[in-house]
Amino acid sequence: MEFDTLLLSRLQFALNISVHILFPSITIALCWVLLAFKLLGNITGDETWVRAYRFWVKVFALTFALGVVTGITMSFQFGTNWPGYMERVGNVAGPLLGYEVMTAFFLEATFLGIMLFGAKRVSNRTHTVATLLVAIGTSLSAFWIIALNSWMQTPQGFELIDGVVYPVDWLAIIFNPSMPYRLSHVMIASGLTCAFFITGVSAYRLLKGDDKPGPKYTLRFALLMAALLAPLQAFVGDLHGLNTLEHQPAKIAAMEGVWHTEKGAPLLLFAIPDEAQQKNHFEVAIPKLASLILTHELDGEIRGISSFGDDHPRVAPVFFAFRIMVGLGMLMMLAGIGLSLLLWRKGGLKPWQLRGLVAMTFSGWVATLAGWYVTEIGRQPFLVTGILRTEEAVTSQPPENVVVSLVVYVLVYSFLLTAYIKTVFSMARKAAKLERQELLPLGGIDPEPTVFDGSLSTADKNSQQELSS
Amino acid sequence: MSSLVAGAEVLSGQAYWLPILFIGLMGLAFLLYAILDGYDLGVGILLPFDASELSGKEADAHSERQRDRMISSIGPFWDANETWLVMAVGLLLIAFPSAHSLVLGHLYLPALVLLVGLMLRGVAFDFRAKAPVEHKLRWDWAFKGGSLLATLAQGYMIGRYVGGFEAGLAAYAFAGLSAVCVSAGYSFIGAAWLVMKTEGTLQVRAVRWARITLWLMVFGIASVSIVSPLLNPEVFAKWFRLPEVILLMMIPMVVTTLVVACDRYLAHYPYRGDMGCWFPFAAAVGIFVFSFIGLGYSFFPYVVPGTLTVWQAASDVSALRFMGYGAVMVVPIILIYTAYSYQVFWGKARDLTYQ
Repeated sequence: MEFDTLLLSRLQFALNISVHILFPSITIALCWVLLAFKLLGNITGDETWVRAYRFWVKVFALTFALGVVTGITMSFQFGTNWPGYMERVGNVAGPLLGYEVMTAFFLEATFLGIMLFGAKRVSNRTHTVATLLVAIGTSLSAFWIIALNSWMQTPQGFELIDGVVYPVDWLAIIFNPSMPYRLSHVMIASGLTCAFFITGVSAYRLLKGDDKPGPKYTLRFALLMAALLAPLQAFVGDLHGLNTLEHQPAKIAAMEGVWHTEKGAPLLLFAIPDEAQQKNHFEVAIPKLASLILTHELDGEIRGISSFGDDHPRVAPVFFAFRIMVGLGMLMMLAGIGLSLLLWRKGGLKPWQLRGLVAMTFSGWVATLAGWYVTEIGRQPFLVTGILRTEEAVTSQPPENVVVSLVVYVLVYSFLLTAYIKTVFSMARKAAKLERQELLPLGGIDPEPTVFDGSLSTADKNSQQELSS
Repeated sequence: MSSLVAGAEVLSGQAYWLPILFIGLMGLAFLLYAILDGYDLGVGILLPFDASELSGKEADAHSERQRDRMISSIGPFWDANETWLVMAVGLLLIAFPSAHSLVLGHLYLPALVLLVGLMLRGVAFDFRAKAPVEHKLRWDWAFKGGSLLATLAQGYMIGRYVGGFEAGLAAYAFAGLSAVCVSAGYSFIGAAWLVMKTEGTLQVRAVRWARITLWLMVFGIASVSIVSPLLNPEVFAKWFRLPEVILLMMIPMVVTTLVVACDRYLAHYPYRGDMGCWFPFAAAVGIFVFSFIGLGYSFFPYVVPGTLTVWQAASDVSALRFMGYGAVMVVPIILIYTAYSYQVFWGKARDLTYQ
């Protein structure tokens, strides 16, 4: 492997987009959860929901900020490292990205200000609407970006003139064959990521001795969410896989580790794919199950890697990423359903169960990344399936420049991620430490405005009360 | 006009007008970005870590309160402000993809510096209030440093862009000058924002900052105005051609009037009832708008000075048309709800709370 501009740019893009997706994968669903907390508070009048909103809206603000700054980097990447992408498919990619900015980014960014800081300045109804608009904005953003990503996977609705793509049918472009499946899969994934994020942080607060009702409410809410979404995700994921089999069979071959076309292919639970010999080592397999799942016939045929010539992805990363994603999905289903039942039957969870949930706080991140690696590496060697190869789009920057930027990104992103995770748990500890009687009374406007943002300067007692719930 | 542009005049209908519509939209997005993110980057650069009249612990507490208040004045807005950069760069990417690649290809490393600066600043905003107390001071420095890094990088990039990415010491010196002056301009509009949005000792400080940075910025605008026509004969010809020159001289005249009026206003501060506290900010917006019009006039119809015209760089007409419908419908709505958000947070900045 040579560290040339192509490989370095791919690594850099992978790093940028991997770090970026972590934050939207939380905020897309978290905003709808916040809306639910807000509505539950409005309807039941139970102030615990209002406090839950206040705590989680702060986590949302932090997560959103990280999503914004890592997203801005993305908008520069196309020009700096992948000029060929816009030159060849810009006529399709450009407008889809443009609609994302115009319909989603401004909506969420503007109403976020009101959602975060405007509760005292606007009516409760307007504040609820602001929360709704931010939720719509984040989901719209996902809609456009998934439309574009799916078009890159399964392009249609265009004509090719001298290697350049010209749009013909926008509806066909947006609602391309893999788009509905990918969109559902990604939205549910966000729901699961967010559910385990909330249960993890809530469990952490309970373990830290938080006896206020807030974390119990949110733990129950998010566990139920996980119990409902995890099986749904398995179902949608299966449909998505069938769609991939139809449109991108090489990706499926890599996911299943099928080197040579075979009938009655086994489901590999584990194996070590060997690219050079085109075979697997140490296979642990269930006979015929892959064929059954993918073709719904015991002896259904699955095309192997060797039948695609050079137009197939590297097998090992896709193969392993797929197993990590599915394995985590199973674990999430088990935890979500099992612990929901226990909570319902026994009214509480044991410390080891809570610790398990804390350990799973960021399990959604790992599963989401693994899923994206399957679909993105699985599309290689193409950037846009059948139209544009990745190597054709890369910049002519000298590799030294890309090394510099890559190193800087690695440093900055490691720093940001560490700070983010530490801060989330530090916020949880602070909230856990608050005694019930220290809580700021709800409703009404306190005469002395508190310090910005509930900043936790020790000098200021009010600010501590800010971290409510 | 150059032969390239003359060639483009053969284009008619949408192929002619759509690129002009999009360069207009992109210009609007860059201008709004410079004004809106300009003031909040400026506020970041100005964050004080001392209190002139106090010392020791008291000074620390005082300057921390000032930083809290300054940041709370931009809190509800910075996110949407920064989105104008995504919009502007996005429009460049979408409407003029070859220009986007060319510009960012030339500005690879400065763009990296800009992004690192924006990232540090954007996250410091949230971390300073949410991270453990003992880290707050460090995040405040990250906020200030990130803001400065971002504005210096932007100024440098503008300088390189205006100079047509030419090599040579003079071109790089010009970009360096531009870096300093853009930072001064952003600091000025940031200070003017604070004069409008704050009171008391912080407002007094803001008035002082505004006066200093105003003149730094004027020095920058003046040098760019003198240097670019001298460096670029085409720009010279555009500006000193009759009868346009008569109308064009309005631009420096308006800017000069605004600068002098602003300086006089600041010199006579304070005013009873805080009269006209909005004036420096309004003047700053005026100065930004007219300077931007001047810059735009100098280079239109080039999207990359001296290299690519808007028609050469434009995307396919059908892509532009699809985008155009959306833009014409959505941009006014964006402006309306942006205005609404400013109305919600109207008046002097209060400390922000999540309640």
